[in-house]
Amino acid sequence: MTASAPTPPPPAPLAERSSLPPVDRESLLALYRKMVLIRRVEELAAKAYTQRKIFGFCHLYIGQESVAVGAAAACEPQDHWIAAYREHGQAMAKGVSARAVMAELFGKATGCTKGLGGSMHLFDSSVNFMGGYGIVGGHVPLATGVAWAMKQKKTNGVAVCFFGDGSAHQGAFFEALCLAQLYKLPVVFLCENNYYAMGTSIDRQSALIDMSLRGLGVGMAREQFEGFDVEHVRDRVGAAVEYARSGQGPVILEAITYRFRGHSMSDPAKYRKPGELEEKKKSDPIAITEHRLVNDFGVTQAEIDAIAAACDAEAEDSVKFAEESPWPDPAHLYDYTYAPPSADTGAGPTNGGR
Amino acid sequence: MPMLQMREAIRRAMSEEMRRNPDIFLMGEEVAYYDGAYKVSQGMLEEFGPERVVDTPISENGFAGLGIGAAMAGMRPIIEFMTFNFSLVAYDQVINNAARIYQMSAGQYKVPIVFRGPNGAAENLASQHSTSVESIYAHFPGLKVVSVATPYDACGLLKSAIRDDNPVIFLESEMMYGVKGEVPAEEYVIPLGKADLKRDGTDLTFVTWGKQVHNCLAAATTLEKEGISAQVLDLRSIRPLDHEALFACVAKTHRVVIVQEGFAFAGMAAELAARIQESCFDLLDAPVYRVTNRDVPMPYAPNLEKQVIITPERIADAARATVSRGGSSGNGNTNGGSK
Repeated sequence: MTASAPTPPPPAPLAERSSLPPVDRESLLALYRKMVLIRRVEELAAKAYTQRKIFGFCHLYIGQESVAVGAAAACEPQDHWIAAYREHGQAMAKGVSARAVMAELFGKATGCTKGLGGSMHLFDSSVNFMGGYGIVGGHVPLATGVAWAMKQKKTNGVAVCFFGDGSAHQGAFFEALCLAQLYKLPVVFLCENNYYAMGTSIDRQSALIDMSLRGLGVGMAREQFEGFDVEHVRDRVGAAVEYARSGQGPVILEAITYRFRGHSMSDPAKYRKPGELEEKKKSDPIAITEHRLVNDFGVTQAEIDAIAAACDAEAEDSVKFAEESPWPDPAHLYDYTYAPPSADTGAGPTNGGR
Repeated sequence: MPMLQMREAIRRAMSEEMRRNPDIFLMGEEVAYYDGAYKVSQGMLEEFGPERVVDTPISENGFAGLGIGAAMAGMRPIIEFMTFNFSLVAYDQVINNAARIYQMSAGQYKVPIVFRGPNGAAENLASQHSTSVESIYAHFPGLKVVSVATPYDACGLLKSAIRDDNPVIFLESEMMYGVKGEVPAEEYVIPLGKADLKRDGTDLTFVTWGKQVHNCLAAATTLEKEGISAQVLDLRSIRPLDHEALFACVAKTHRVVIVQEGFAFAGMAAELAARIQESCFDLLDAPVYRVTNRDVPMPYAPNLEKQVIITPERIADAARATVSRGGSSGNGNTNGGSK
């Protein structure tokens, strides 16, 4: 063996500012409106769950809306997103309609995965939303593969992978980082550190609080930032996406955030420290942006009220749509077990073990 | 007709498909600069370049997942596991992602991917390098599982597997990479889901696949000298299963011995036996017997390994037992029980 190669320098920090233009009154109002809509839909999902109209597991995104909405504002339509199971907010931020999300939660045929996926498996290929996944960390390698394909096909797209602080302890996560950096893939790993992996607080699950530091070990560009202000998220994800799109390789980000509800609907979250939730609610993303709109852009209370009313109406409409939608037809139970033969396969029967 | 080694037939299938479709790439440990741990991909790096014949770190969970994600986004990856023992590290990716994404996305994302590599025991590789995985993959709807016994089948079936829009587990064998067989010079494909009668006979049917096809053929030759006519049905495709061919054999010979490498307990042979008795109960003249590995992790010492693996002698013993049934009281279970 010859002497080992010199240790490469640590990756350069991301650009101090993304090249996105600053938000203006209209664009920030649009982001605010999207956050309010996600909040209202989630609140009605919680209500429907207690009425047993939504079943199984239901993990709410309330409190983290700024991350998904800010990231969406930083991405292009050809960028592909992939997420874990707390993904109602990301799906709507990427462009899945409230109706399609709510109907899926209700298990109806009009849902974005026709009642087959449910809360944890929202997909919509028309907006490049590649799913919610229920195995913590198991979806992270998929993002490297999506980025591989986009690089080979020269689509100028970036894969954005949302995951939580819990995922950052899985082997699959670490392997995905290694591969993404080795092959210089256009992927942004976006950790939403909401301080809890189910009920285990960050200090009880990790010796490091900043999950973006995991990138240092593989030589990956990284940054941790406050994720409560949608404008700031937009800028930091924007800088990361620009870095990845330019061919410099992947980026790992950590957005510090917080979930206001329990892990799932069955969790009263008694593990929080006294006063913690009240303290964190002072940085409610919706309140922060509302304050900015009113103070810096002259938005009136009447305009805020109108947005609230419109989002209430859209969320109520999604519930009505879900309630009135048909159940999936059992005659189609087996339709998607196997993809049919393509024109090219010559592959014979595809009915598997039926 | 040209004679090719199994490894050459597999290489030919991959290379022909890669020439006709730029979305196909081969990825795995040592597939490029090392030419493949078993030289299956020899020369492919030179022809296709490092973007399409891709070495990975030792990271099965990672690169299996990378392949699945790439397949979702329009590529057609061939992922090589150096052996399928290592695929167990990637089991979550194969089962929870590859097998399910098409269904849980309601058909919005296909996963056209082939996972291929050697399966089962080779020689004296001991406990962790001798696993047969067909039963644990065939369990899951959403996957297809193929196991090949000849260069001809390997080339034709692998081409179908690569063209299939579903994830396919493609099982080879270290012991057979050097086996030669005739492969037509012209291009051909063999559809998945079609069994092949490798030897005709009248008294009983061996139902098997992969490397055990050759042990069954050897046993059939021995039995012929004793006046027992055994036929050998090579399933080739374990999922989808060729029920028609399977049940036709039962109807013809009325006696069946299933030869499955790996463990009997909750294995593929048990599944086949159940399907035969559900559909062909009145056609059977004897219980369906199984020949499998003994129910113990693989030992290293050659004399002990020989006790555990399937031999033509054990297969012939099971055949003799089954033909003695129907009046006499043979017991064909040669598996040493399942505790």
